[in-house]
Amino acid sequence: MSTSPSASSEGAQEEYVKVITGLGDQTFTDHSCEVVSDAGEGAQKCGQGFGSLSAKMGNGAWTVEIIPAEIEPPPRTPGSTSGVGIRIGQNKVTNAGDSVKLVIAFNEQVLLSRHRVNSLADDCIILIDSKWSVHKNPKVVAEWDAAMEEMSTKGYQWIMVPLEDETLKIVENPKRGKNMFALGVLCHIYDRDVEIAKDQIAMAFRKKPQAVTDANHQLLEAGIAWAAENLDFRFLVPATPPTSELVVMNGNEAFGMGALAAGIDVCAMYPITPASSLSHYLAEVYDNFGGVVHQAEDEIGAIGVALGASYAGKTAMTITSGPGLALKAEFIGLALMAEIPLVVINVQRGGPSTGLPTKVEQSDLLCVLYGQPGDGPKVVIAPSTIEECFHIMTTARQIAETLRTTVFILSDANLATGVTPFERPKLEASWMAGPPDQTPVDPDSRPYEWDLDTGLSKRFIPGQRGGEHTVTGLNHDENSTVNYEPQKNELAHAMRSRKIAVFGETLNAPIPHGGDEGDILIIGWGSTRGSIEEAVDRARAKGLKASSLHLTFLSPLQPGISAVCERFKKILAVEINYSDDPDAPHITKDNRRRGQLAMLLRGQLLIDCGSWGKVPGAPLQPELLLKVIESNIPKA
Amino acid sequence: MDTSLLDISGAPDERVFKANDYKGPAARWCPGCGDFSILATTRRFLESEQLVPEKTLFVSGIGCSARFPHYLKTYGFHGIHGRALPLALGAKMRRPDLNVFVVMGDGDCTSIGAGHWIHGVRYNTNLTVLLLDNNIYGLTKKQTSPTTPVKYVTNTQPQGSYLNPLHPIAVTLGVANASFVAQTADWIPAHLLATMKAAQKHKGLSFIRILQRCPKWTVDIMDAKVKTPDEMMILNHENGITDAKVQKMYKNQMEHDPSDLDAARALTDMTSHIPLGLFYKNEDIPTYDELRRGKDFTTEEKMANIEIEFDRFAV
Repeated sequence: MSTSPSASSEGAQEEYVKVITGLGDQTFTDHSCEVVSDAGEGAQKCGQGFGSLSAKMGNGAWTVEIIPAEIEPPPRTPGSTSGVGIRIGQNKVTNAGDSVKLVIAFNEQVLLSRHRVNSLADDCIILIDSKWSVHKNPKVVAEWDAAMEEMSTKGYQWIMVPLEDETLKIVENPKRGKNMFALGVLCHIYDRDVEIAKDQIAMAFRKKPQAVTDANHQLLEAGIAWAAENLDFRFLVPATPPTSELVVMNGNEAFGMGALAAGIDVCAMYPITPASSLSHYLAEVYDNFGGVVHQAEDEIGAIGVALGASYAGKTAMTITSGPGLALKAEFIGLALMAEIPLVVINVQRGGPSTGLPTKVEQSDLLCVLYGQPGDGPKVVIAPSTIEECFHIMTTARQIAETLRTTVFILSDANLATGVTPFERPKLEASWMAGPPDQTPVDPDSRPYEWDLDTGLSKRFIPGQRGGEHTVTGLNHDENSTVNYEPQKNELAHAMRSRKIAVFGETLNAPIPHGGDEGDILIIGWGSTRGSIEEAVDRARAKGLKASSLHLTFLSPLQPGISAVCERFKKILAVEINYSDDPDAPHITKDNRRRGQLAMLLRGQLLIDCGSWGKVPGAPLQPELLLKVIESNIPKA
Repeated sequence: MDTSLLDISGAPDERVFKANDYKGPAARWCPGCGDFSILATTRRFLESEQLVPEKTLFVSGIGCSARFPHYLKTYGFHGIHGRALPLALGAKMRRPDLNVFVVMGDGDCTSIGAGHWIHGVRYNTNLTVLLLDNNIYGLTKKQTSPTTPVKYVTNTQPQGSYLNPLHPIAVTLGVANASFVAQTADWIPAHLLATMKAAQKHKGLSFIRILQRCPKWTVDIMDAKVKTPDEMMILNHENGITDAKVQKMYKNQMEHDPSDLDAARALTDMTSHIPLGLFYKNEDIPTYDELRRGKDFTTEEKMANIEIEFDRFAV
């Protein structure tokens, strides 16, 4: 244990190889760590392996990817940091948690990047490869020293690990082995089941020669042996054996599997981070379901193909992220005008423009609600857990078809790349889309036979005899005939709007987390649910009268939100998007730009909803939100 | 893909369709518009092929040409500007039982929709694409299009259009997987009909550029062509598009082997005459709808396969 180790001090390496922390075995209800390396060194594989290993043992687990925006950025730079944050718990883990208590870093530059984003707790234990401090290139040593100087402000506890040297004893290319040695070190520290770890490794390399698996097993054992020999502490997080079968995956995989379960058989897309991995998953398995991933020539072509397939009676979706969403706007308008069912998944990232391609943000809410020119009532759903990502696909398909509308699903980079176990779904045949209706059309019915009370109508699908008509983006009457009369334009608008309101009546009122009344109500949406509710739990444990309300439907809003709000002294929307700091220069109560949910709730419900919105490019930490609650709670 | 659709369409259909059975509401184009001729010829084509109305889909973009589906009694999708091809691809890819036609104007296809055009040709989906080329933006009132002749006066380029026009046939022939490329004219309905019939027989994307009269904005461009039939060069070949009436009517004719891609490309440089007929045809290029046609699975099979997926992700 030491302050930042400087390479220039004599015998640096020896001094820090054997470290006495004096911590011994400690037991926690949950613990967080990170593994970080240069891109291409496999820290992600190590971290994901550690996460799923823990889940298999019965721990709650949440892993979050740390992804560089480039594929192979220059090594040993903060921008090349690739890795995983892992939080494991005795019980279910719903979010990435607070700053981490332990990190394994393959070099000091990637570690520095984590220090700079305040990802490491003040007393974080840092296991770092010692080779860089004694590197033969003086420039590297100088970089080491500068990094250590910068990090010396914190009380980190340093442990030197001969990561590369030990790896080289087993494999020739350390870039292909350090990660498994690191996994071995983690297995010792967190007392993981080595046999499960070995099974996982064998599974991961099952398509490679046996020698690859053998070498990785050796590396794992070497890591465990080194840790057992050199470390004097272990962090024990007791596991609760699961009572039901679990599956573990990220949000994009859950969407993909949900699409399979919903019988969606076209996914039309154009490559964009962080949505693409969803299509990678489907492309791998779709042949077993008769489905097609269509990689279109552009974002517009992608939604066009999805809409064309859907128009023809097949169930289709398109997936995208911010910049792609912008390009799809005109087709969204057409889908809404022609009342053709469509499911659109928008995996949000930092914006505007290219923004932060790999980072989490919730900045597309208003664009999705209002982004296409003209009035465009639609359904917008935001899953708040990875499990919901799976189940929401069937819901979205059914809503789209029943209402003849576009259903937007708002995810984000946090759900897309976060990995957590959840209960294995029990499939039902009724979730699957049936074949398109090809029965002859009732001669007395019309293609937009709007029910004047509900706005609902039944569409005619090509192939249905007697249903011939032309759908159009022009205003049209019940026959789908182009019509410019003010009464018909008013009617068509009202019908498209009313069906959304009618659908809203079928939704349940959201139930607050915490208590039914109190001093402050935090309102959130999307992936922040786990963090917000954990912060509320901590606040209540401190005696604060705080609760939270999480909105799954953003359009239509669920009924009863106002009634809940009336029982709290203060309402605060918390979201990962930009809002002006009320104390910033030039900002007044009148010109302050608030977060997007806050604007929606203020406009829609006429409630005095406060706004806390930040754009850190990272999930919200419960501890930070606890401070937000504490500082916003009304004074008695 | 759901083959149950094919079973439904396989039911014996004793209906006989006349051209008028495909007639929709009265068209609202300007008097003298070439689109009237194309529409009438299309109805005759539908009759001659006995295409089942409910199994026939016309997809269009935006512009004068895009109103086309409204005036037919088939299924129609009047989409957005430049984006007819993706809609048609989505429909055809999953519904091989449908006869899908795409109707675009020159601005629609060669300007705002140029990306979809190039890739649409490359996908080689089994579609018939009609490019109604009147060399101008009509519905928005006389703006220069990519096929407007250079120096031609328009409302956006009143000093005369600045750029040489692109040649839609030349561009199409430059794209990988082009498999059927033809040129015809609205005022020679017999040739247009023969071209559409040949396209219907072709497996793949049939690209038909139709020179189209615009009586409002480009009357001088097309009238000159209509009035000087000797300007036309009819392309003949046993594998091409032949029509006895046309062969009798037009003086200038030449043999052109539509399997010869280089010769087809050379034809697009011809300045002395306007070649009409089949420039190029290749029956051996796979179609995207066939390439992407998956196996058929029952709901039970799909559910079993999802369980296998869950097993892969099981804790």
